[in-house]
Amino acid sequence: MASPLKCDLCSKPATVHLTQIVNNKVHKIDLCEACAQAKGLTDPTGFSLSDLLLKASLNPENSEPGPRCEQCGFTQNDFKKTGRFGCPHCYETFKTLLGPMLDNMHKGTTHTGKIPQKALARKSLYDRLTTLELDLSEAIKTERYEDAARYRDEINQVKQAFGEKPAE
Amino acid sequence: MKSTKSNKPSGKNPRNNQPATIAALLATPSELTGDAAGKCAIVLMTRIRLARNLAGHRFPGRATETQRATILETCRAALAATTPLKHAAQASIDELSELDRQILVERHLISRELSEAKNGSGVIISPDQTLSIMINEEDHLRLQVLRAGFQLKKAWAAIDTLDTTLEDYLDYAFSPTLGYLTACPTNLGTGLRASAMMHLPALVISSQMEKVVRAVNQLGLVVRGLFGEGSDASGSIFQISNQTTLGESEDTIIKRLGSVLHSIIEHELNARARLVENDAARLQDKIGRAYGILQHSHLLTSGEAMNLLSLVRLGADLGYFPETSRSLVDRLFIETQPGHIQHTSKTDLDPARRDTRRASHLRAEFATFPPPDFPRATDAKTQPDN
Repeated sequence: MASPLKCDLCSKPATVHLTQIVNNKVHKIDLCEACAQAKGLTDPTGFSLSDLLLKASLNPENSEPGPRCEQCGFTQNDFKKTGRFGCPHCYETFKTLLGPMLDNMHKGTTHTGKIPQKALARKSLYDRLTTLELDLSEAIKTERYEDAARYRDEINQVKQAFGEKPAE
Repeated sequence: MKSTKSNKPSGKNPRNNQPATIAALLATPSELTGDAAGKCAIVLMTRIRLARNLAGHRFPGRATETQRATILETCRAALAATTPLKHAAQASIDELSELDRQILVERHLISRELSEAKNGSGVIISPDQTLSIMINEEDHLRLQVLRAGFQLKKAWAAIDTLDTTLEDYLDYAFSPTLGYLTACPTNLGTGLRASAMMHLPALVISSQMEKVVRAVNQLGLVVRGLFGEGSDASGSIFQISNQTTLGESEDTIIKRLGSVLHSIIEHELNARARLVENDAARLQDKIGRAYGILQHSHLLTSGEAMNLLSLVRLGADLGYFPETSRSLVDRLFIETQPGHIQHTSKTDLDPARRDTRRASHLRAEFATFPPPDFPRATDAKTQPDN
């Protein structure tokens, strides 16, 4: 006889088995009675399948230490415990973990909606400015004064685009 | 709540001369309790929220108290610079009493999660109470717009404009492939949750709600009770919202929700027509009893009050009560919630005393309410001739 299914959340024997088709994908969840009740599964109006799927797919028991976010120190286990990330950079850190989850969770894995145009334009100007300033100090250090003058002019142009007063 | 330049105070609640706290908000007719309420037969309200975070900052759940305080200040300054929030009321969650927080939850202006948040969380509410911005809830910003009736397009236009204006002041955490980055990956991408609060008494009476929930789930939408996850569906009120946020544009998500809402409306109307046609006596008995209890009871829990008011709203939709009574019902849906009942009392009430007070409030409101005007034809049909 097959061994009894374990609860996806706490590993006790599962007695509640839920199969749901979302976006033409079959999602299966096995839960013990206590978890089913805690998640409001007995009340069809009160539970969120996506949250449940997320936590079940993140069962901390079968996990390795994995990477750690260099910006906020979040670990893979922190994510598996809470189902939340620590900072925006975590999306980069936990990319490989996230990929298959997104596929289950959403309609697609690539953003096709609104883009914060103004903020992105500002960021690209800012990045350009940082590069130019590095180039400028490098040019001065190596006494390439013609290059330095060109960089300074470019920096002034970028600053003007920011609405700042150009440097003297 | 600090300064607020509110709308004209309602004639029924002349409390605008009290200190500008939550009382100022309560005295002002909100989107759900004022004139806009009650316009729509089945959709009580439409809500859209956007989850946004600031680039280079830890999400609220991972941030230290100091970092949360910095985020709160940055967001407050940016929000106060936008036109719709210039005269908004704002508060830190820790300055609000438990009752104030509960009232805001009952008005759908803040989430339960924010009402229990740590230090460094706040809320900003526009004077007309259609925009409410939560700071340091699960994400740095939760921009929310709320409109009475079925108003998905207008709601989206309002929140999209506010969001675009905020780009002038804030650098959002955004990835070209993953979209807006959120603390929980279930909100990733558009960060958009659009929902409608629907009044579906006929589907409940005719036991079809489970079928509807299943069908709606298969379309990638979620059905919840009145106050979101885990709350019950008293008053036959359900929240229907999108579940997925990545891989589709805002427009597509909103359009799909809209078309599902239309089809639920159609099912509810069909169920109502069938009840009137085949089960008029039971239907009229329910509505008539609800009216009687509202006029004469002395103890009412909020759940029971919701269910009775729901039947009166159904009666108004079917023409048994004047159509204008819908806005009264919508106002009472909010005013009979525990926090609101407590707020109108000067002393601390235990639940039993609240039930007494709720019943007395409803008796007063229904004292002059006209009796149901049931069509004679159906009376004749359901009563055997003597």
